[in-house]
Amino acid sequence: MNLSPLALLLQTLLLLLLAPLLSGVIKNWKAKLQNRRGPPPWQVYFDIAKFLRKDMVISEHASWVFSFAPYVVFLTALLTGLMVPMINTPAPLSLFGGVLAVVGLLALGRFFLALGGLDPASAFGGMGSSREMTIAAIAEPALMLAIFTVAITAGSTDLSRIAESTQGATWKLLNPAHVLAFAALFIVLLAETGRIPVDNPATHLELTMIHEAMLLEYSGRYLAFMEWGASIKQLVLMTLLINVFFPIGLAGPGASAAAFGISLLAYLAKLLALSAAVVVVETTNAKMRLFRAPDLLSAAFVLATLALLSTFLFH
Amino acid sequence: MNEFSATLLTFALGAYVAGMVGALLFQRAERLANVIGFGLATAGGVCGVISFASALATGAATVSRSFELFPSLIPYVRFSIHADALGCFFGLIISLLAVALSIYSLGYARGYYGHKNVGALAALFNALLLATTLVFLADHALFFLIAWEIMALSAYCLVSFEHEHEETRDAGVLYFVMSHIGTACLILGFLLLFQASGSYGFDSFHALGDNMPAGQRNAVFLLFLFGFGVKAGMVPLHIWLPAAHPVAPSNVSALMSGVLIKTGIYGMTRVFFDFMGAPPNWWGVTVLTIGTISAVLGVLFALMEHDLKRLLAYHSIENIGIILMGLGAALMFLHSGHPALASLALIAGLYHTINHAVFKALLFLGAGAILHATHTRNMEEMGGLIKRMPKTAVCFLIGAVAISALPPLNGFVSEWLTYQSLLQGFGTTTSLIRLMFPLSGAMLALTGALAAACFVKAFGITFLAQPRSEHARQAHEAPFTMLLGQGILTAACVFLGLFPALFLKLFDPLTQQLTGQQLSQQLSTANGLVLSGVAAHGGTVSTLGLTLMLLCLLPVPLVLCLLFARRSKTRIAPTWDCGQRGLTPQMEYTATGFSKPIRMIFKTLFRPHREVQREYDFSPYFATTIRFESHVEEVFQTRIYRPLKWLVLRASRRLRALQAGSLQAYLIYIFVTLLLLLLFAL
Amino acid sequence: MFIHDTLLNRLKRGCETMAYPQGAPPALPDRHGGALRVEAAKCQTGCAACVAVCPTEAITRPPNQPVALDLGRCIFCAECVKTCPTGAITQTGDHRLAVRRRDDLVLGDAGKEQLRLAAALDEKLRRLFGRSLKLRQVSAGGCAACEADTNVLGTIGWDLGRFGIQFVASPRHADGLLITGPVSKNMELALKKTWDAVPPPKLVIAVGACAIAGGPFVGHPQVNNGAGALVPVDLFIPGCPPHPLTILDGLLRLLGRLEESGRKT
Repeated sequence: MNLSPLALLLQTLLLLLLAPLLSGVIKNWKAKLQNRRGPPPWQVYFDIAKFLRKDMVISEHASWVFSFAPYVVFLTALLTGLMVPMINTPAPLSLFGGVLAVVGLLALGRFFLALGGLDPASAFGGMGSSREMTIAAIAEPALMLAIFTVAITAGSTDLSRIAESTQGATWKLLNPAHVLAFAALFIVLLAETGRIPVDNPATHLELTMIHEAMLLEYSGRYLAFMEWGASIKQLVLMTLLINVFFPIGLAGPGASAAAFGISLLAYLAKLLALSAAVVVVETTNAKMRLFRAPDLLSAAFVLATLALLSTFLFH
Repeated sequence: MNEFSATLLTFALGAYVAGMVGALLFQRAERLANVIGFGLATAGGVCGVISFASALATGAATVSRSFELFPSLIPYVRFSIHADALGCFFGLIISLLAVALSIYSLGYARGYYGHKNVGALAALFNALLLATTLVFLADHALFFLIAWEIMALSAYCLVSFEHEHEETRDAGVLYFVMSHIGTACLILGFLLLFQASGSYGFDSFHALGDNMPAGQRNAVFLLFLFGFGVKAGMVPLHIWLPAAHPVAPSNVSALMSGVLIKTGIYGMTRVFFDFMGAPPNWWGVTVLTIGTISAVLGVLFALMEHDLKRLLAYHSIENIGIILMGLGAALMFLHSGHPALASLALIAGLYHTINHAVFKALLFLGAGAILHATHTRNMEEMGGLIKRMPKTAVCFLIGAVAISALPPLNGFVSEWLTYQSLLQGFGTTTSLIRLMFPLSGAMLALTGALAAACFVKAFGITFLAQPRSEHARQAHEAPFTMLLGQGILTAACVFLGLFPALFLKLFDPLTQQLTGQQLSQQLSTANGLVLSGVAAHGGTVSTLGLTLMLLCLLPVPLVLCLLFARRSKTRIAPTWDCGQRGLTPQMEYTATGFSKPIRMIFKTLFRPHREVQREYDFSPYFATTIRFESHVEEVFQTRIYRPLKWLVLRASRRLRALQAGSLQAYLIYIFVTLLLLLLFAL
Repeated sequence: MFIHDTLLNRLKRGCETMAYPQGAPPALPDRHGGALRVEAAKCQTGCAACVAVCPTEAITRPPNQPVALDLGRCIFCAECVKTCPTGAITQTGDHRLAVRRRDDLVLGDAGKEQLRLAAALDEKLRRLFGRSLKLRQVSAGGCAACEADTNVLGTIGWDLGRFGIQFVASPRHADGLLITGPVSKNMELALKKTWDAVPPPKLVIAVGACAIAGGPFVGHPQVNNGAGALVPVDLFIPGCPPHPLTILDGLLRLLGRLEESGRKT
C-alpha cells in the first residue's frame, strides 16, 4: 500500500480530471466514425461545470435518499479508483480492499442510484432502477468468475498482486485463460457502463433508457455528481481491465520519475486503445432488446467458465 | 467459563423461567404481563450476552463448563448442559437477539391489548428463548431432543398466535408437520450414535465418526443433514419457512428467522465437525451444493414476492444457503487436510450466522413496525413511509444494505471471508472437484446482486415515492421501545461490519475446538484494522478504512459545491410527468413490475402465469373494468410435495385394509409379531 | 464484415459535416428569398395593396402612418413583394433572421428597414451556456415543419453537437426550451409545466411564425398566438419554417459563438 498523501492526491486528481475527458473522447470518436465532427473531447468538462452552477429543482415526493444518492455514487466511484492501480502498483489504498471491495463499492453506488430513481415517484425512474439492478445481477456471475480466474492464477484478490503476476513474461498475456477472461470482462464492461448493445447512453426515448432513466429527475449539481461519478466508474472499470490484463509499462513500487512518465504514457495509450474498441462496438451494433441482454451476458459467463477451465492447461 | 459467567448464565435461564411464570400468572392484567414477561426476557438476554461473550473472550482453555441443571428421575435422561465454545457462540446470538426483541416486544405487544392474550405471548416467548438456549447448551442427546421439542412446540404456538386467520392455521400445521419430520430423523440419528458409543452424553460422541463403519457414518450424516436441514430451511425442505414466518407476530418472526433456523446450523456444526471426525469428501460437496442451490433459489423466489414478510422469509433461505456454503467448504478442506482453510471457511459460515441473525431480525422488526402502522404486509399498498416513519426507515435501510452484502457493513465482511475461502480452495486439490469453488463463488455473486435488487425493491416500494393507500398515508412512527429494539440491532450491524477484527477473537476457542486452529491473529493485521485472508499476500479488506476514506473524500464534492454552486438555489416542484395533469400513486412503479425482468429471464423456473380480463361497452380500447392476475408457480409444492403427499395418502389408503376392525385379525397380528421378535432375538 | 464495411465507408467518405461557421454557409434554395427589407419611404400615399394580400395580416398601414411589416407574423409567402408597385418590400436573400426582442421584428419605420439581429446573451449567461447548451423541444400543436427543420440540425451534415448544443429528454437536464407551434389550448398546461420543470437560469427560443405570433393559426380561439403569451422568450427565429441555417445562425448568435469564427456578423 502506498498511503502517501502525494500518491492519494495525484491519483484523485487524475481520476477526477481524466474521467470526463475519457467520456468526451469516446463521444468524439463515435461521432468521427459516423462521418461527423462531434463535440470536442473536453465538452464534458463544460457540461459538468455548467451543471454545478445551475439551480436545482427537486421533486416534492423525494426524500433525503434522493439527495444522498449523488454523493454516494460519486464518492464510491472515486474510492474504488483509489484502490485500483493506475500508473503504479500498489494503488494508494490497496490495503483497504482488492477486487472484491471494488465490486462491492460499485454495487453500493448502484444501490443508491436505483433508490434515487425510485424516490421521486416517477414511473420512468422505477423502470430504470428495475432494469439496472437486473442487468447488474446477471452480469455479476460472469464478472466474478472472470475475476476469480485471474485471482486464482495470481494467488490473491489484491489488485496490485494480480497486475504484478501478469508482468514479466510477455507471452503470458496471450494464454487462453487470459484472453477468454478479457473477452468476458469486456462484455461485462459494456453492461456495467451502459454502452450499446446493452444500453444506449445517447437515447432520448425513455422506454429505451436504463441508466439515463434513473437520472431524469436530477438537475444542477446532483446531476453533475451523478454524471461525473458514472464517468469515474467507467474509467475505473477500464483501468481494471487494462492493468489486470495488459500491465505493460506499469511502474512498480519505488520507481523512478522516468518510469512513472513511461507508465503514464503507456496507460493513456492503452486507455485510448480500449476506448477505440468500445467505440467500434458501439457504432457497429444496435442496442439489444432488454430481454436479449441476458443472452449476451450468458455468453460472457460461458467465456469466463472456459477461461476457468483453461487454467487447467497452464497449472 | 469462570464463576461470574456461570452465575450470569444461571440468572439468564432463571429470568426466562420467571418471565414465563410471571406472564402466565398475570394474564388478566395485560400491561403487567407485558412488562414482566418481556422485561424479564430482556434481563435474561443481557445476562446471557455478558456471560457468553466473556466466556468466549477468556480464551480457548477456560471456556467450557458443565452443569447439571437438576437431577433427573427419568432413566437414561440427564439434564446437563455444557457451555463449550460452540454453544457459547450460539448462546451469544440468541441472547443478543433476546435483548433487542424483548425491548421491541414491549411496544409491539401493545397492539394486541384487548383482543389477544398478551400474557400467553410473553410466556411462550420466554419458553422459546429458554428452550433454544438449552438446545445450544445441551450435553445429552435425550435432553437435546426434549429441549428441541419444547422449542418446536412453543414456536408452533407462537406461529399460530393469530389463529383466527385460516392462512395462519395452515401455516402452523405445515410448520408442525415439517418440524416433526425433521425431529424424527434426528431421533434416528441420535439412536445410531448411541449404538456406536453406548451412551447418550455428547462427551462420548466426540470424534465418534472415526470409529464408525462407513455405512453407519453416512447414514448418520444423511439423517442429521435432513433433520437439521428441515429446521434450517434448506432447499428442498424449506416450504414451511415462507408460510410460517410471515403469519407469526413480527417479534416471533424475527426470533424464528434470527435464531430458530440457526439451531439447524448449530446442529450441523456440532454433528459434522465435533462428532464425525474426518469427513469424506462427498459430505462437503453435498453441503456446498445444497448451500449454493438454496442461496440462488431463495433469492429468486424472494424477488417474486410482494408480501414484505414472505420476501424476508425467502431471504432467510438464501442466507442459510450462504452459511451452508461456508460449512460445506470447511468440510471439504478438513477432508483434504487444510485445517487453516477449514477454519477460515468455518469462521466465514459462522460469522454469516450471527450477521444474518442481526440483520434479518432488524428487517423483521422494521416490517413489524410497518405492519403496526399500516396494517398490511402487502408492499403494493405502501409507499412514502420514509417521511412518516423516518427512524424506522433508516434502520430498515441499514438492514437492507447489510443483507445485500454491500460494504462497509457486516454482510460484506462475512461474504468476503466466504469468497476468500472459496478462492483459496481452488488450490487445495487437483481433481476436477475444485471447479466447484469458483462456480460456487460465481453463484454467490449472483445471489448477492439479486439480493441487492430485491432490497432496492423492498425498501424503494415500501418507503419511497408516494403512499399507495390510505393506510400508508396515515402511517405514524413506531413507539420508542420498538425503535430502541431496532436501534440495538442497527448498532450491532454497524459494529460487526466496521470492527470485524475485534469480533474475530471470539472465534478462536470455537475453531480451536472444532478444527484445532486459531486464526484471529492471522486474519487481522495492521492493529486489527484490516482483515486478511489466510494465504500470504492474499487479499485484504478494511471496512473501517473504507468508511474513513469515504468520509475523507467527502470534502471533494463539498469543495466543488462551494466553488461553483454557492449561489444556486433549490426549488421543490412536482415530479416531471411529461406535462400531464399530475402523477397519481397508481402511476408509480409497483413491486410486481419491478421484478418483471427477472421473472421473464428465469421464466423456466417460475412459470409465470398472467391473465387479463377486461369489460367494455363499445370498444376494447376503452375498458370499463380491467382485472389483472399474475402469479408464479410454487415449483416445490407442485412438483415434489404434492405428488409425495398423494403417494403417501394412496399408500395409507391401501394399508387401511389392514385395519379391518375385526378382533381376530388384530390378535393374529400380535401373535405373528411376537413370533418374529422371538425368532429375531434368537 | 460489418465492422470492415463501416471503417471502409468512413475512410472513403470522410467527414461530411459542413465547414460553416468556419467556412461559407451553404447556399439557400432558389425559392427561399431570405429576410425581407421594408423601405417605407418608397410607399405611395394611400396604397395598402400589401396589407390586403398578406394571409396572416402581418402588414399594417394605419392612416397617415408608415407601413409596418411584422416579420414575426410573416410566413414568407412573398405575396407582398410581388404586389408592391414601388418595390418597397424586397427580398434580401440573407439567411440571418434571429432577433432578441419581439419589437425588433417589426420593420418599416425609419431606421428599421432591416432586422436588428440578435445580440449574444449577457456575460453571466454566456459564461454559463456558451459552451454547453441543452434544450428541451416542445412541439406545441403546429404542423411539425419547424420540428423537422430543427431535427435536421442533428444530422451529420449540420452536426449541432459540435457546438455543445444538445437536445435532451428531461427538462430537468435542460437549460431552456425550444418551442415550435402556436401553443394550442391542449398544449398550454404541458408547456407551462415543462417551463416550470426547467431549473433556472433558463432560456426560451421560439422557432417559426407559429411560436412567435400564431402563424397561419393567428386569432383562432383554440390557440394562444405564440409562446410569448405563456413564457418569456429570449430568442425569436421567424420563418415558416425557418431554414436550418437560420435556426443554427440564431442559436450561435445567441451564444456569441459566431464572432470567434471571424465572420462578419
